[in-house]
Amino acid sequence: MIRFVLVRLLRAVITILAVVTFAFVVLRMSGDPAQVMLGPDVPQDALDAFRRTWGLDQPLWVQYLAYIKSIFTGDFGVSMRDKASALHLVLERVPATLQLTVPALILKLLIGIPAGVYAALHRQSFADRGVIMLAIMGFTIPSFVMGLVLVLVFSVLLGVLPSGGQNTWVHGILPTITMSIGGIGILARFSRSAMIEVMGQPYIRTASAKGLKWRDVIWSHALPTAAVPIVTIVGFMVGSLIAGAVVVESIFSWPGIGRLLVVSVSNRDLAVVQCILLVIAAAMVVSNLVVDLLYGWLDPRLRSHAAH
Amino acid sequence: MGSANPNLVELRDLKVTFDGVEVLHGIDLDVARGEALGLVGESGCGKSVTWLAALGLLPGKAAVTGSVRVDGRELCGARRSALEEIRGGRIAMIFQDPSSSLNPVLSVGRQIVEALRLHRGLRGGAARAEALRLMDMVGIPDPPRRFDLYPHEFSGGQCQRLMIAMALAGQPDLLIADEPTTALDATIQAQILDLLNTLRAETGMALVFISHDLGAVSQVCERVCVMYAGRIVEEATVAQLFSEPRHPYTRGLFDAIPRIDAPRQRLLPISGTVPNPKHLPEGCSFSPRCPRAVDACGRERPPLTPLDDGRRLACTRPVPLAASRRRIPQGVMQ
Repeated sequence: MIRFVLVRLLRAVITILAVVTFAFVVLRMSGDPAQVMLGPDVPQDALDAFRRTWGLDQPLWVQYLAYIKSIFTGDFGVSMRDKASALHLVLERVPATLQLTVPALILKLLIGIPAGVYAALHRQSFADRGVIMLAIMGFTIPSFVMGLVLVLVFSVLLGVLPSGGQNTWVHGILPTITMSIGGIGILARFSRSAMIEVMGQPYIRTASAKGLKWRDVIWSHALPTAAVPIVTIVGFMVGSLIAGAVVVESIFSWPGIGRLLVVSVSNRDLAVVQCILLVIAAAMVVSNLVVDLLYGWLDPRLRSHAAH
Repeated sequence: MGSANPNLVELRDLKVTFDGVEVLHGIDLDVARGEALGLVGESGCGKSVTWLAALGLLPGKAAVTGSVRVDGRELCGARRSALEEIRGGRIAMIFQDPSSSLNPVLSVGRQIVEALRLHRGLRGGAARAEALRLMDMVGIPDPPRRFDLYPHEFSGGQCQRLMIAMALAGQPDLLIADEPTTALDATIQAQILDLLNTLRAETGMALVFISHDLGAVSQVCERVCVMYAGRIVEEATVAQLFSEPRHPYTRGLFDAIPRIDAPRQRLLPISGTVPNPKHLPEGCSFSPRCPRAVDACGRERPPLTPLDDGRRLACTRPVPLAASRRRIPQGVMQ
């Protein structure tokens, strides 16, 4: 077990390093921060001074090594824009993002999974077809379309909900709904197929043959097994809680991580972008680790595999 | 009513239709208290479907008609709760593939305890003690250590023993064993058959043994029904059937068994294949493959008729008695 966790931790570190390296290289290949920050008509002296200040005049590999070294000492750099600690800027935005993503996740779980399970248990019924259709609509309509449609209906036509900002919890309603719809669709589809698969297994027939009530067959035999694949998807969703949503936060002017990412990328604010990607990667990796541990708890077959 | 009628289960004109295709064409069958009945036939002849239908375990797209009476109580078309009362408590069932018939994510102990709680109201320590006793009874070594293990930690034969333990938990009057040994090695198969015999002697429960293996059937059953294409074609005692099979299909099944007590000779397979239930031949379903068929067989289907010697037979031109007499191969019958 300890070996299992250690191996996973090592892999996690490698994954995060890969993400950081990728971000580092791509950001430096795709534009010059000095040009972007200082504007087009700035004298060469100023540009040079800026580059010297931020170490951009060094060869790429020197910059890279220095960056990696500072990460390991807990220094995530300073924003080129407002000279504040990048980590501080990013963490400052986390609560706002979580205000949207956590309720959205709860909606996804509370609506998506029961809808999928219900559809699976009433296969070919009207409800089943309805769930499939809505689910496909849910995850095929892009969030920028969904968000704008919701704004059009609830803010412009009905005038009942605000179209942007973060003043009260009412402002969070539309972005939360926009954010959750795709995930509800995905979870509904996924839970449905997982449940259909499980319901066809011989042990479900055994449970019925034993005399268990239908409800107990579902609750104590089908759902625990169907949970294994569902947990994978939920794990991804939990991992992306911090990442927020670039599009939705932009549409609804929500000051979360997604917005910060958009602004920082367009400003070529290297330290901030790198810090955001690092935090997101770390969250993903941690949630994947938790999912792996959950697997073992949910499915004893995997538990003994890990032990061998 | 229960004591006057020796029959525990009575099936009358039981029919099953899948998506408009009839696969079971009116089964009439009685199971008496305590008896061991074999159901023999090729894959797809309806032996398992008969009992899955009787217990309401077929998927929703199957339409079941006819009558299924347990102790005189009609089950066909009954409410779900009526079926749930019968399942496990009066009639338990074990299946072909024991490893996948146990829930992989629940410990075996918990699965047995579940049946004990359901049918005997046992909880906590009492349930655990009884589950351990059942595990011991079916021959699981060292039950206390293995109570909390999961199905994948047991062999196929042990999983079948656990299935049997779970079935016994409800103290059923009838155990339906649906090809319980098909997925197991020959030696394990023999052990499971022994176990079924022992348990039946100890508990007095009736047994329906579904198999395509005549040898296995002869080891545990007293009476046998031979099924073909969704119908019973011959029903007799094991002794009658093994010494004088009358239906050409039954005869064909015996001729296809290799014999170890006779000189080596070619096996006589039954020519042709099992008909598709969508396109059953006119008249007797077996007539296109039957060596004794005459024109009439292709026109009219003979009903299952009681004979003087107590058997039931559905054949226009049965194998004559003298010709059907055969030496019973050693080892096939004990």
